[in-house]
Amino acid sequence: MKHTQGTAILAAHKYLLDNYPEVFVFGQGLWSPWYVGSTMTDLDKIYGKDRIIDSPVSEVAVTGAAIGASLYGYKPIVVHPRMDFMILAVDQIVTQAAKWSSMFGGQSHPNITIRGIVNRGGEQGAQHSQSLHSWFAHIPGLRVVMPTTVKDARDLLIASVLCPDPVLFIEDRWLYDEEDELDPVGEPLVLNDQESNILIEGSDLTIVANSFSCLQAKRVIEQLERENYSIELIDLRILNPLKYDKLVNSVKKTGRLLSIDGGWTTCGVAGEIIAGITERIDPSSLKTRPVRLTLTDAPAPTSKPLENEYYLSEEKIINTIKDMLN
Amino acid sequence: MANLLGDLVNPDKYQEPINISGFDTNHLMDDLKQMYVIRRVEEIIGDNIVTGVIKCPCHLGIGQEATAVGLSRYLRSSDRVFGGHRSHTHYLGLRGSVYKLFAETLGKLDGCSKGMGGSMHLYDPSIGFGGSVPIVGASVPIATGAALAAKKDNVGDIAVSYLGDSACEEGAVQESFNLASIMKLPIIFVVENNLFASHMHIDLRQPHNSTARFAEAHGIPFKVIDGNNLTDIYEASQEAVKYCRENKGPYFIEAMTYRWRGHVGPREDTDVGVKRKDDLNTWKKRDPIRRLKDSLINKNVLSENDFNEITKLIDKNLVEQWQKALDAPYPPKSLLTEIVYK
Repeated sequence: MKHTQGTAILAAHKYLLDNYPEVFVFGQGLWSPWYVGSTMTDLDKIYGKDRIIDSPVSEVAVTGAAIGASLYGYKPIVVHPRMDFMILAVDQIVTQAAKWSSMFGGQSHPNITIRGIVNRGGEQGAQHSQSLHSWFAHIPGLRVVMPTTVKDARDLLIASVLCPDPVLFIEDRWLYDEEDELDPVGEPLVLNDQESNILIEGSDLTIVANSFSCLQAKRVIEQLERENYSIELIDLRILNPLKYDKLVNSVKKTGRLLSIDGGWTTCGVAGEIIAGITERIDPSSLKTRPVRLTLTDAPAPTSKPLENEYYLSEEKIINTIKDMLN
Repeated sequence: MANLLGDLVNPDKYQEPINISGFDTNHLMDDLKQMYVIRRVEEIIGDNIVTGVIKCPCHLGIGQEATAVGLSRYLRSSDRVFGGHRSHTHYLGLRGSVYKLFAETLGKLDGCSKGMGGSMHLYDPSIGFGGSVPIVGASVPIATGAALAAKKDNVGDIAVSYLGDSACEEGAVQESFNLASIMKLPIIFVVENNLFASHMHIDLRQPHNSTARFAEAHGIPFKVIDGNNLTDIYEASQEAVKYCRENKGPYFIEAMTYRWRGHVGPREDTDVGVKRKDDLNTWKKRDPIRRLKDSLINKNVLSENDFNEITKLIDKNLVEQWQKALDAPYPPKSLLTEIVYK
């Protein structure tokens, strides 16, 4: 069946709500879901307002209440239509949910999934377009998932909700209109078994990317194939806990690493990937120094020409690749 | 609204024995013993902080024993009780294991949180204790969610959220009051108002000294009571529990009390930067244990002699529990990484 990433996320909700009575959805704007593209359309009409719960403007209480409900057998999905709004709930996510298992001796587990949605560009400016996955990937006890493909958007959301740990599921609205043909949902994936995925095989350079930056890399590689470049693209998928085997093997093979991320540079995932791979390989296996491409280290601007400068362009990726290979 | 507390903030008042007419004497005796257990447990913990045997931060509830003991009488193990940094009383009020609490304060594997939480992170689902966390107000939204789960289960279970007067200054708590009210969730918010946030008196923090005004603002029925009077707590608890079990929505109890020790640790007459010796000595005359004991003696239910015999037995048992906790093993090193994820 033909899906966009938006309808794939909607299909994941339907699968979960159909098969798991303990699943409910909680957050702002759920009875008028224009905030979240096509990912929630009509869910309240199909499943009722007791399971699709639109909430007061209370990010902390809603996130905390979802944690509380999850301790008593429920599997809530919390929706934060912008990741920027979710920041208000960081205590509940980082200091409560992520610590809960450890600090109570592994006897209690918050089975929550938090959808943090990134909506970049569109002249929305500094407070409606942050990509803060690197912050959250720093936290032991919090699983951080970022789908790129249409299939992953559906299947990793299902796996996240069925995972007994707290999961931050980060979507990028710039991926919502991507299309793919999907089979019906099969046996759900086990989140703990998931790791990065080689989207395109190649021999001269490894690109590690995630979410929208991975789509950008894919487009670039498809263009460069005509010029006989052979580039391997790895979709990170799971930012925490991070598994390195595939990444390390790829860089051992290609000898070149370009790390691309749609977040900021300092203390970000792009740098973490470079550090994590290079400390696992012999320096002599690198043919050139690793490079990272990220957003500019500045708050997002509103003015269009500045936005073009701020966000990572495909042109910049192409130039970087050519520099590394020539 | 400013005057909801009335004489409850005046420590010269409410020092007399309490009214126990019409209450089950077995319950009263049982709860007197438990209040004494809590006080002695806290004293033992305090003594062992002084000697350096206990290292983790402990916030002692001496003087505040009555509220949790009184409310717990009306709770069942499928209810969901959450607390904060000063929660030994809440855990022991539900008859949590003294041994497991001692072991937890020592970071031992037999602790109620396997030695991974310490005094500030207590957990025991077998008695309905869903967890205590020391970020002020942070367990209030979680308790609210436990109430949401209870409402969905629809079998009459309820949640209890213990918090202090200062937690009411947190946005998370105000959001939770609003959410519980608008969703009609079965949760009792129990504010133990002891007038202090660490060193700061409530008069320096809030324009009014009663937190029940927040219940009024959020449309939540409330009772303001003497938190050192066991039978007042019984009456308010009974009403609150009934209201919640019947799924009518949240309920709010403000229990006026006073802690005898500092914000954290065993020190008594001073707190971080605050001297309150005169006040404390007056507040001690509102001792919830002594007032209950005197009431029972006045009614000839108990004699001084009986009480001494009872406390001797309890003391002996607590010493044994403490010794056993000292001898318990520490968690294996592997636990550090094994339980980060399920």
